[in-house]
Amino acid sequence: MKPPPFVYHAPSTIAEATALLHEAGEEGRVLAGGQSLIPLMNFRLARPGHLVDVTTVRALDYIRADDGQLRIGAAARQSAVERDQTAAARTPLLVEALHLVGHEPIRHRGTVVGSLAHADPSAEIPAVALAMGAELTAVGPRGERRIPASDFFTGPFSTALETGELLTEVSFPTWPPGTGHAFLEFARRHGDFAVAGAAALVHLEGEVVDRVAIALCGVAGTPVRATEAESRLLGERPTPAAIEAAAEAATSDLAPASDIHGSSAYRRQVARTYVRRALTLAVERARGGSR
Amino acid sequence: MMDRHRIALTVNGRPYEAEVESRRLLVDFLREDLGLKGAHIGCEHGVCGTCTVLMDGESIRSCITLAVQANGSSILTVEGLATDGRLHPLQEAFWDNQALQCGYCTPGMLLRAYELLREQPRPTAAQVREAIASNLCRCTGYQFIVEAVLDAATRLEAAAPSQGHEPAASRA
Repeated sequence: MKPPPFVYHAPSTIAEATALLHEAGEEGRVLAGGQSLIPLMNFRLARPGHLVDVTTVRALDYIRADDGQLRIGAAARQSAVERDQTAAARTPLLVEALHLVGHEPIRHRGTVVGSLAHADPSAEIPAVALAMGAELTAVGPRGERRIPASDFFTGPFSTALETGELLTEVSFPTWPPGTGHAFLEFARRHGDFAVAGAAALVHLEGEVVDRVAIALCGVAGTPVRATEAESRLLGERPTPAAIEAAAEAATSDLAPASDIHGSSAYRRQVARTYVRRALTLAVERARGGSR
Repeated sequence: MMDRHRIALTVNGRPYEAEVESRRLLVDFLREDLGLKGAHIGCEHGVCGTCTVLMDGESIRSCITLAVQANGSSILTVEGLATDGRLHPLQEAFWDNQALQCGYCTPGMLLRAYELLREQPRPTAAQVREAIASNLCRCTGYQFIVEAVLDAATRLEAAAPSQGHEPAASRA
């Protein structure tokens, strides 16, 4: 298994990268960590004529906090974010999810932004982006635009990106101090894609939930934000019964695909269990403060 | 269409320059162009881990990395672990603990273990298991591999740090 022939480009600036992508048109693909794209090319399921390597653009290799956001450039590796102290302090949900992305050798090459662009419905990072209300920056022939994560994922492996557009950054808004977070998933083996996973963020005002976000992966063609479940919890005390009701609301309308790992009903049941566990842990952490 | 690129990189402490086709995978470059057959080819899609090498000190899958992406980097393969004809303590520990049967996964296991022990010189058995979870052994010899890595940690600790067992390639 070897990739079919292609032309490799190593631009050094964003302008050069976008010009190359524009020129390549439908034949062009962005190469970031390559941990999903190169396997697809080895299997010849993808046959791009031109690969534009964004990791050679030095200006895109950054992780920085400013203005209440954690900004991650397209060349930043997942393992770099995983080890980053600022990321740990500002976006613990993302860091917790990153531990579950493939294995360490994969995360040494894989990028956070590349995982978003790949948009695998069972991947962890897209669910985190959805839960946190992240925003993505795309640069194309018509300039720069910002896309909310809620508008970005349009289907399995499909996004709002247009031909010739390059995803340059994702920015995660920092949630207030005291927010409890949790990312939990069930996979057949550690490092495998999840059968289902759940991300939860909970902020308490006294004993009452005043801010909450829930997102799931592995249960539909895109990551799913559970807005109905969130609104049920808002203004309520997060009792076990309230959490159970929210988990039910988050998953009752789901119709996940059946595959060799489990039936649709099984996946929905796993998702419900993991939403309950993620909410329970997030609430516990919100109560406990720093944990 | 033949798209070729000149690359310069260091492998096991030795500098190389070569011209490679864009689609040349790093593992094929190491095996076919440099004759370093230590990195094995298993699944060829980044799942089994037998092609694991260290790039700038970090474990990567060389079957889903292009040779052209290794331009300017420093690579360590299993051939670079032994120094002056003497096996690395990790290799000795694998030998003594019979941590290999067919040996196909061994190069990847050794490099993952090498990376783990550099970051975590006294790992627990659970940490060893977590670290090698990225690598498949179809002889299912995991128990002996875990024991070998723990044994190697003890051996490395016993050796005076000044003597060192770092292969030349990793000192740069």
